[in-house]
Amino acid sequence: MRIKFILNGREVEVETHPGRRLLDLLREDLGLTGTKEGCGEGECGACTVLVDGKPRLSCLTAAIQVEGKEVLTIEGLSQNGELHPIQRAFIEAAGVQCGFCTPGFIMAAYALLKENPDPTPEEVRAWLSGNLCRCTGYQQIVEAVLLAAEYIRGDAKTS
Amino acid sequence: MKKTGPVEIVKPKDLTEAVEYVREGGMPLAGGTDAFVRIRKGFWNPPFLVYIGELPELKGIEIRAGGAEVGAAVTHAELLRSELSQRLPIFKLVLEKLGAPAIREMGTIGGNVANASPAGDSLIPLYLLEAQVNLVGPDGERSIPIEEFILGPGKTALQKGELIVSFWIPFPEGNPRAYFHKVGRRRALYIAVLSLGALVWLEGEVIREARLALGAVAPTVVRPRKVEGKLRGRRLSREDLEPLCAKLFAATRPIADVRGPDWYRREVAGKLLLGLLRLREI
Repeated sequence: MRIKFILNGREVEVETHPGRRLLDLLREDLGLTGTKEGCGEGECGACTVLVDGKPRLSCLTAAIQVEGKEVLTIEGLSQNGELHPIQRAFIEAAGVQCGFCTPGFIMAAYALLKENPDPTPEEVRAWLSGNLCRCTGYQQIVEAVLLAAEYIRGDAKTS
Repeated sequence: MKKTGPVEIVKPKDLTEAVEYVREGGMPLAGGTDAFVRIRKGFWNPPFLVYIGELPELKGIEIRAGGAEVGAAVTHAELLRSELSQRLPIFKLVLEKLGAPAIREMGTIGGNVANASPAGDSLIPLYLLEAQVNLVGPDGERSIPIEEFILGPGKTALQKGELIVSFWIPFPEGNPRAYFHKVGRRRALYIAVLSLGALVWLEGEVIREARLALGAVAPTVVRPRKVEGKLRGRRLSREDLEPLCAKLFAATRPIADVRGPDWYRREVAGKLLLGLLRLREI
């Protein structure tokens, strides 16, 4: 079937199977490999994308479930060649080691900061509870999200 | 066998068409958080899926006199953000411990109930509030209490071709305090090893009435009515609650599984009653 949706701000129309995983549609059919597959069963959060502004696991989402919706992936965050403040904060706070879980964490963090622009460390931890990282031990990730929150609120120096 | 290829999915235009597809053997698909995992692992092999997650008849929360109607395809996150969760804080306490944000945005209350897992978190408030399950099928509509709807792990009273449309949540009288404790193996994204939810009506320090619901300690969520009865008239104190722990222990029929041994569940279930002491602080 033909499915239309908005992907990173642009309307796309694809010929696909209604049961194709959104993850495969993004990575294999549309070439957006920033979204990662970790566990493939909703435990790790590596495949997190935003659908209509809310976090969703693309490994447990069928193509038919995003018909007519807005999908945002990690590729859609940077504007005019500039990294998004969350991406910048992850680099600066060393919230990245191997990087595999990072797109999922950043997309989850994006959804959090939209809902709550000034979260406490505990709120960040609770919100990121669906994302696994096996390198960083999470501390730097939490720091990165708090730093990103400062950037977005504009109360940190954006050099 | 692990199935990674796409599954066949149809999207009905309305509830009548959905019922027709389900009668033909299609399995309802709402959020997909459980269905896709089980299908890929080969545990479920439905001929096709019927995507009902966006049917308008199954969406929305309507607050009316005496109660609220919650659509079966309302997601956990929608319910958590709703006015109903403000009014009935047991929903808030439970749903903020269910899964993680993305799972809560995807999974639906109807899906959680249809799965009939004894560890299904959203069953706890539905049992405590004595919700009715509204069904529609080829022979029309019917409504049954949640306790009669859930028959065992993965087993429900759904007849062939029937779908859950909504839940009727009667508002409890007065202003009961809400309590929920979920025991898990980690602090993030966990399935209950066991859980206890409660609604407690207090007069000062004395319990006038109490409803309890235990999760993951029996084939279904359990309302230990003997213990509820014995709580009446007791003070919210350690001395008054401790003698009832063994009774709560006796109300369980746990199994041993990957999340914990049966003896552990039985031991801890009794002790969870003492958690109600925390209601004194609110």
